[in-house]
Amino acid sequence: MNKYIIGLIGNQNSGKSTLFNSLTGSNQHVGNFPGVTVERKEGILKGHKDIMIVDLPGIYSLSPYTKEEIVTREFLMKDKPDAIINIIDATSIERSLYLTLQLIELQIPMILAVNMIDEVISSGNKIDDGELSKQLGILALPISAIHKSGINVLIDEVSRLVENKNKPIYIDFCTGEIHRAVHAITHLVEPKASELGYNPRFVAIKLVEGDSIIRNELNLHDKDAEIIDEIIKDMEFHLGIDNEAAMADMRYSFIEKIVQKVVTGHANKQRELTDRIDHVLTHRIWAIPIFILVMSVMFYLTFGPIGGTLQALLQSLLDIGINKLSIFLVSLDLSPWLQGLLVDGALTGISSVLSFVPIIVTLFFFLSILEDTGYMARVAYVMDKFLQKLGLSGKSFVPMIIGFGCTVPAIISTRTLASSRDRKMTIMLLPFMSCTAKLPIYAMFTAAFFKENQALVMMSIYLLGIIVAISSALLLKNTAFKGEGTPFVLELPAYRFPLWSNVVRQMWDKAKDFIERAFTIIFLASMFIWVMSNFNFNFAMVSNPADSILAQVSGALTFIFKPLGFGDWRAVSALITGLTAKEAVVSTLGVLLNVNGNAQLVTAIGNLFTPISAISFMVFTLLYIPCFAAVAAIKREIVSLKETVMILSYQMIIAWVMSFIVFQLLSLFVR
Amino acid sequence: MTLDQLKIGEHALITLVSGKGILRHRLLEMGLTPKTKVYMRNMAPMGDPIEIALRGYTLTLRKEEARNISIVVAYE
Repeated sequence: MNKYIIGLIGNQNSGKSTLFNSLTGSNQHVGNFPGVTVERKEGILKGHKDIMIVDLPGIYSLSPYTKEEIVTREFLMKDKPDAIINIIDATSIERSLYLTLQLIELQIPMILAVNMIDEVISSGNKIDDGELSKQLGILALPISAIHKSGINVLIDEVSRLVENKNKPIYIDFCTGEIHRAVHAITHLVEPKASELGYNPRFVAIKLVEGDSIIRNELNLHDKDAEIIDEIIKDMEFHLGIDNEAAMADMRYSFIEKIVQKVVTGHANKQRELTDRIDHVLTHRIWAIPIFILVMSVMFYLTFGPIGGTLQALLQSLLDIGINKLSIFLVSLDLSPWLQGLLVDGALTGISSVLSFVPIIVTLFFFLSILEDTGYMARVAYVMDKFLQKLGLSGKSFVPMIIGFGCTVPAIISTRTLASSRDRKMTIMLLPFMSCTAKLPIYAMFTAAFFKENQALVMMSIYLLGIIVAISSALLLKNTAFKGEGTPFVLELPAYRFPLWSNVVRQMWDKAKDFIERAFTIIFLASMFIWVMSNFNFNFAMVSNPADSILAQVSGALTFIFKPLGFGDWRAVSALITGLTAKEAVVSTLGVLLNVNGNAQLVTAIGNLFTPISAISFMVFTLLYIPCFAAVAAIKREIVSLKETVMILSYQMIIAWVMSFIVFQLLSLFVR
Repeated sequence: MTLDQLKIGEHALITLVSGKGILRHRLLEMGLTPKTKVYMRNMAPMGDPIEIALRGYTLTLRKEEARNISIVVAYE
């Protein structure tokens, strides 16, 4: 068991993940904080089996606004870690220390890791870490997470700290009126704060700041609440500014004084280089073309040469494996149903899970490079205007684009979004971006009905997906996500070379996470669909697909699809098997229409559908529930089962309504 | 004058941060406090958001948000 728990905390872009990796090595576990879409990583400190490190979300302050901040506060105040490692970016020390001051207020044993010290030194500057330690009352250690320097000292000091449990040396950075107010309120709340196990001074500072969460938790007597309000009002009156501004101003004034004593030199080589790169990458005219180029190259390589080749390779390996296994299973002389279940059901399920892995790995290879170099923040900045009106920010742009390739990695990539609100909303919209697996469906139908206008029909389908996404965003913004908008205030970090070990770890983590979580749902679902399509209700195996459970169920469901123009059990069956993977829509139609080869299929489709019902069917496949792999990814990211079901229902309803409108309108006007 | 009106390449001093709730809080804790020096670095290709430098780092925010920040232009 872990005797000690340590929280690793710092701003975004502070090098927190890099430090976490060097502190823990390969002993990591990724999960979520209970019930929320906030990632929680844990790892064992190298050489210290009894010390567990929890990587907390990258935040700038302990204010009570975003889920990430609330989760971090809860962890610090309720889980009571034995110590905190606060990592800061030494090149933007002034802003970084703001969070540090808030952490010190908690009076938890704490070490400050002053990261990127190498950049400070190479710019010809100095940071006096001894003086910094003295000024803050905690140990400040210069490190470079990327170059792995200072890490061993940090590990030693951390293990010492959890033993001696030294709290930060008390330093009062409140002055004048604020000091008076905090002092008075500290006395007033002391009993209640101690009862809750909180540091009374921290509670007092939060109350002066106007923190509603702490205030509710304290459940103050009306009398006390009144006195506290009076004290704060009095303070505001004397200072001439309000409480929030006063606290921020006080902390920054204190920090400015420290920085003056501790830092020598202002030069910043990394910044100068960043300025030059930004001159091109965020250029008024070139920024967007460059972005399109970067995305195109990434897409091309992911779905073409690299990802595509890997996928083909994996597929052939799987085919060989499945072949060998099925020969083996046949040799066991099992009953045909068990053989079918294992070979066609289970193995196909497994290979459909694995077929996503090459794409995920390749895509995340590129995405982590873009993220770690600092380019992703520029994309958010350059593209923000497009998404502003939809109630989202520029950060959602990249996941949306990936959605046109494959919904699964697109959903996983929303994890880089800073707010869980934006993450949820983006995930809801993503499936409307038509993924590549739906292309064969459109290709088949356009070949059957719209030979002359193939490109036009395809484009209209994609466009419809985008229009539905935009309309949904506007709807969500004014309903489910109303008024929750997080402001777009984003740091543009200096450009840095990515650390290859980080990139590889990201790839590996994402692929592993996907396999672990997707396996059960996709596996069970594939087996279920297989059983449905091969058995009748008496659980006897059928030779004619028309007698299967799937056919019966589809037949019973046709009434739902009649108003959409395709109330045929074979079309409905195809939609159901399409849930395992969208490619299955085509192959199911092939089996059920009893045809061989593409030409026959196109003719058979031509007889089963009319041009109008074909359009309606394409619209439905565009918008209805994505494949099980994507559903598994949604569940993984959204966490709540209820919300996942709501998202899927929403997609089902939208698909039905849109197909209905399209079919009925076209039937009216086209004869 | 407010921050969204500052021209590229100009310096300014923040005089007041208005607005309310999460936005104001975020601006304050990111270091946009009164008397802070800011520098207008750039503007996104579509004219919004803006990019400013302050306290040794670079921040981007929307014009709509920058309108809450009152400034006086500082000449260096």
